[in-house]
Amino acid sequence: MLRRIYAIFQARNREFLRDRAALSWNLILPIALMFGLSFAFGNDRDAYTVGVLQQGTEINQDVHPFLKTKFIHFVAYQDFDLATLKVSRHQIDLLVEFAETPRYWINPESPKGYFAELALLQSTSSGETNIAKQEATGDAVGYADWLLPGILGMNMMFSSLFGVGYVVVRYRKNGFLKRLRATPLTSFEFIAAQVLSRLVLILLITTFIYTGTHLILGTRMEGSYFTLFLVALVGAASLVSLGLVVSARVTSEELAGGLLNLINWPMMMLSGVWFSLEGAPDVVRSIANIFPLTHVLNAARAVMLDGATLIDVGPSLLALTAMSAVFFAVGAKVFRWGQY
Amino acid sequence: MTVALEARNIRKQYPGVTAVDGASFSVCEGICFGLLGPNGAGKTTTVEIIEGVTPATSGEVLYYGEPAGARFRQEAGIQFQNTALQDFITVRETIEMFRALYTRKADFDDIVQQCSLGDLLDRDNRKLSGGQRQRLLLAVALVNKPRLIFLDEPTTGLDPQARRNFWDLVQNIRAGGATILLTTHYMDEAQVLCDEIAIMDAGKIITQGSPEQLLRARYEGLIIELPISDLTNGLSGIEHTVYEKLGIIEVVTTDVSQSLQQLRPHVSNLNQIKIRQPNLEDLFLDLTGHSLRA
Repeated sequence: MLRRIYAIFQARNREFLRDRAALSWNLILPIALMFGLSFAFGNDRDAYTVGVLQQGTEINQDVHPFLKTKFIHFVAYQDFDLATLKVSRHQIDLLVEFAETPRYWINPESPKGYFAELALLQSTSSGETNIAKQEATGDAVGYADWLLPGILGMNMMFSSLFGVGYVVVRYRKNGFLKRLRATPLTSFEFIAAQVLSRLVLILLITTFIYTGTHLILGTRMEGSYFTLFLVALVGAASLVSLGLVVSARVTSEELAGGLLNLINWPMMMLSGVWFSLEGAPDVVRSIANIFPLTHVLNAARAVMLDGATLIDVGPSLLALTAMSAVFFAVGAKVFRWGQY
Repeated sequence: MTVALEARNIRKQYPGVTAVDGASFSVCEGICFGLLGPNGAGKTTTVEIIEGVTPATSGEVLYYGEPAGARFRQEAGIQFQNTALQDFITVRETIEMFRALYTRKADFDDIVQQCSLGDLLDRDNRKLSGGQRQRLLLAVALVNKPRLIFLDEPTTGLDPQARRNFWDLVQNIRAGGATILLTTHYMDEAQVLCDEIAIMDAGKIITQGSPEQLLRARYEGLIIELPISDLTNGLSGIEHTVYEKLGIIEVVTTDVSQSLQQLRPHVSNLNQIKIRQPNLEDLFLDLTGHSLRA
């Protein structure tokens, strides 16, 4: 069995690696996006973001006049440590708490924090001037730091879904699968070879892109490379298996393309590739949690930006492992060799 | 003789269409068996059901007396009518990949030599000509040293020279003792290669036997051919079987001299008359009732 899996695995790798156009596209697109977006948006974000430390997710604007300030995006936080970490990393410009003793936290190195503080103090009535100021210091998380996991995840998603989904449908349509079916190769062996081949190629490409951008842009890496590798491995497995489900029976490349885009686009928009979902409605965040890419990006950012350990990202890894198992089982169960 | 393969009452029903309607036949070990039929007769579907790549609606396939299963997959070699191979992969890698899928393996060099692929081993699959590609597909069908080989219209689209080269290959394989099931709609190919044939039409086997046996049963003697346009009046008084096909009159006769004498008063130009042996194409057209469809 292993010999047969290896034969198909090796042939698929050769086919992909020798297709220079496709390979270049897989390597160049994410790097170009990374550099282009870092250059365009790297210096600043276009709005003030202030965290509100409170119970619950609904922000009541009547609690304090500052919460009615225009052009500030308020995000509720329940976790004090997480919120102050965000201030220290310049990921939010200010953190306020309107409890019995009103307090706010600011990073003295943050230019936007300075202006947000002015707005806070101006909106505070003279009777409340005792609002307590505290500092949370740390280096800023640049846009490139935040974007890199998103770009890597997006590339992984496209490569997984199209690299398996589209290719298997093409094999089925042009009769190559039928030819393989006439051999002792089982559907499990074929599927396993496809998944393994794509997994190895994705990990190689992702490592290459990560190393290049990390060396050139000096992106932040707070956690362990091993943990990050595990996140990439399990994440890629879940996305590749999802591609397998799409391709299990479809016989038309056009339909496969449509179905893959139906999965790609919501993931790309809601999983946090381009922007954070903090402050998004609960329903949106709940929907985002059903996508494997959301867990990949949350875990990767936690490792890279916050130094999360294997235990910290355990829930994400478990969710991704469960998704991989379910998608692979469904894909293998409904897989068909031919168009009958 | 040992029966290598037996198809029993195979049916394949698609919504509104019966592609195969109770086809039954058996193939003895070591022969080249031809499954003939016009396009759409159901021969490719029948063969794909036997090969196990298309499920039958009903019926049974036996390989050496047992339901075709794991042993059949190890021992059968298959060349499909249309098979795409992987892009960016060389001839050598293609053969090696398929060879790795079997426990039973033919010697790599033997396959390459047998299919004359020695000069093409490092060529990308995409850069092969039609004939070279068919030779590679045949090589892929031979990687497991098959006891039974399926060749589905293997020479369709090849030029005459490539077709004849391919016939030589098939004859060599048969000489090595393998059983061959060939589907084709080229009657000359079947006549040259097949020991036994079955003709299929509208999903049914309409006759089966050796080409000689079937021709003898249908035609006694020789065929005299002449263009209809050369007839000056009808063919009254001609005592033999007469067929009319595509502007040609065919007279089947056991006594050519007598028939020519009878024809002389009816024909304006004797120079156009041809005398020949009946062949499978005659039989095919008579039985299927229509011309060969491209």
